[in-house]
Amino acid sequence: MDKYFEMIRIRFLMMLAYRTNYYTGILIYSINIGAYYFLWSAIYGSKEHIVGLSMTQMTTYVAVSWMARAFYFNNLDREMAVEIMDGRVAIELIRPYNYLGMKTMQGLGEGVFRLFFFSAPGLIIVYFIFPIQFTWDPSVWGLFAISILLSFLINTELNLLTGITTFFLYNNSGLIRAKRVVIDLFSGLLLPISFFPGWAQEVMKFLPFQGISYFPSMIVTKGFSHHQALEAILQQFVWVILLFLPIQLLWYFAKKQLIIQGG
Amino acid sequence: MENVMEVKDLRKEFKAYSSRTGLKGAFRDLLTRNYKVIPAVNDINFSVRKGEMVGYIGENGAGKSTTIKMLTGILTPTSGSIIVNGMNPHKEREKFVQTIGVVFGQRSQLWWDIAVQESFRLLKKVYKVSDADYNNHMGHVIRTLDIEPLLDKPVRKLSLGQRMRCELAAALIHNPPLLFLDEPTIGLDVLVKLKIRDFLKEINEKYQTTILLTTHDLSDIEALCERVILLDEGSVIYDGALKNLQEKWSEGKELKFQFLEKVDITAVKVLTSELPVKWELEEKEQVFTATVEDSGELISQVIAKVVAAYKIKDIKINETSTEEIIRNIYEKGAV
Ligand SMILES: Nc1ncnc2c1ncn2[C@@H]1O[C@H](COP(=O)(O)OP(=O)(O)OP(=O)(O)O)[C@@H](O)[C@H]1O
Ligand SMILES: [Mg+2]
Repeated sequence: MDKYFEMIRIRFLMMLAYRTNYYTGILIYSINIGAYYFLWSAIYGSKEHIVGLSMTQMTTYVAVSWMARAFYFNNLDREMAVEIMDGRVAIELIRPYNYLGMKTMQGLGEGVFRLFFFSAPGLIIVYFIFPIQFTWDPSVWGLFAISILLSFLINTELNLLTGITTFFLYNNSGLIRAKRVVIDLFSGLLLPISFFPGWAQEVMKFLPFQGISYFPSMIVTKGFSHHQALEAILQQFVWVILLFLPIQLLWYFAKKQLIIQGG
Repeated sequence: MENVMEVKDLRKEFKAYSSRTGLKGAFRDLLTRNYKVIPAVNDINFSVRKGEMVGYIGENGAGKSTTIKMLTGILTPTSGSIIVNGMNPHKEREKFVQTIGVVFGQRSQLWWDIAVQESFRLLKKVYKVSDADYNNHMGHVIRTLDIEPLLDKPVRKLSLGQRMRCELAAALIHNPPLLFLDEPTIGLDVLVKLKIRDFLKEINEKYQTTILLTTHDLSDIEALCERVILLDEGSVIYDGALKNLQEKWSEGKELKFQFLEKVDITAVKVLTSELPVKWELEEKEQVFTATVEDSGELISQVIAKVVAAYKIKDIKINETSTEEIIRNIYEKGAV
C-alpha cells in the first residue's frame, strides 16, 4: 500500500511544480460560480422556491458543486490516452504495480491537493461574496465527505473506462470530450437533476452520473432528508462496484492487444 | 549454470496498415482498411545463462526492441514461449518485473517535473527496498555514476547524459539480477560512455547480474559482451562468441601507407607483384591500403619492399574492425 500513498505525495509535488495552473484554476472556478449565481438570480426573479429549492439553497448548491468538482474532477482519461498514444505506457508496465490503481491514486493526490489549496480557501472567499448558507451539523458534513469520496470513485472509474478505450480506438479525443460534456450536464453540475423533466429524471436513476455531483451537493444544501442522503450514498456505492467490472474486463483485453508505439 | 532466460519459437506479428490513395481511397479506408501482417520477430530461439552479458544487435527495424518488450512482459507474444527468471513475464507481470531492471534509451522512466531523488524515493517504495539496502547499494551506485549533484534537480533540467546516468541508477534501485538495456548509450559523450561501461562490468562481477544489451555502438559490445545474438528481419542469424565472428569474418590485415613523395599506384603494384596483396588508393589523402592475409611473414615482406623503395610519412596496421564485419553481415543478411 505504501507505494500507492507515495504516489499521492508525488502528485502533490507535481501540482506544486505547476502553481500558476492552480491560480488560474481558482479564477476560472470563481467566474463560473459568479456567472451561475447571476443566471439563477435572473431565473428566480421574485419567486421564493423553484422545485423545492430556495434561492439561497440554489446559490449554495452552485458553490458547493463547483468546489466538489475541484475534488472529483481529473484528466486521467486524457493522460492515459497520451501515455498510450506516445508509448509511455511501456514504462508503466515494467513497474510492479497495478497501472489503473496507480492512476486512481494520482487522481486522488490531485483531488486532495485541490481540496485543501483550492476548494477550501475558495469556499471561504465565496462565502463572503455570495449569500450562501452552510449547515454546521457535523453529521451532514460527514455524509458529504463520504459522498464526495464516492463521487471521486465513480468519476475516476468513468475516466479509466474512457482512457482504456484508447487501446482499441487509438484516437479517442472525441469520445473524451463527449464524456466530459455528458458528465457536466447529467451529473447535476449545471442543473440540479430535480429540474429535469420527469421522464429524464426516471432515466437518470439508471445512470451513474447523478452520483457524481447532484447527490453530494444536495446533501450539503439539505435538499435531501437524512434518509434520502443515506439512500443516495448507497446508490453511489453500488455504482462504484458495478463500474469496476467493465473496467477489469476491458483492461484484460486491452493488455492482450496492446501495441507500444515507437521504438 | 542455470538459464535465466529461455525463449522458444518466439513470434510477434504487427498489422501494417496502408492507406489507399486519393479521396475515393480515403472513403474506402473508412470502411475497410488494407493491412499486411508483418512478423517483427520471427520464431526466434535462444537462452541466456546467469551472469552473462549478451549483445543483442541488428539493423534498424530488425526487431530488437520488440523482443525486449516481450521479454519484459509489456507485449504479448503472438506465439511461442518465454521463461525469464522462472516466470512467464506477461502472465505474472507484477511479480516478474520486481526481478528485472529496464532502461529504454529513448524513453525516460523518471518523473519529468520532480527532482530525481523524489523519483528514486517513489521507486524505492514501489520495489519495497529497505532503508538499509537502499543506502548501502544506492550509495555506491550514486557515487560510481557521479550523480550526487543531480539528485535535487528536476529531470527536465538535466542534459541527456546526466539523465541517462540517473535512468540507469533508477533501473538498479532494487538491485535486480537481470538487466535489459535498450540503447543505453545513445547520444552520450565518450567519458560518460566509459563510465557506464565500467559500471556495468562492475555490477556484473559483483552481483553476477545478467545483462541483455542492444546498441548500435559496436564498441559497447566489444567492451562488454563476449556473446552476441545477431538479428536480421526478425530472425536470429548468429548466436555465439563475438570472437568467433571476428575470426571467421576477418578479412586479414590492412596496411596503410602515406608517402613523403608523389607515388603512382601502378608502381606500388608492380613492386609487390609476387606477393598476394590487394592495393587500393584513397585519392584525397593519398593513403595506399594493402589488404593482406593475417600472417606475420607476409606483412613483413610487404613492408620491407615498400619501405626500401619509398620514403614513408606514416604507416598503420589495422585489423578488420568489428564494425566492418557487422556491416558485411548486414549487407549479406546471413552469417
Ligand atoms: N507499434 C507498431 N506497429 C506496427 N509495427 C511496428 C510497431 N512497432 C514496431 N513495429 C515494426 O516491427 C519491426 C521491428 O521494430 P523494432 O522496434 O523491434 O526494431 P529495432 O530492432 O528495435 O530497431 P531500432 O534499431 O531502429 O531500434 C519494424 O519493422 C517496425 O516497423
Ligand atoms: Mg529499438
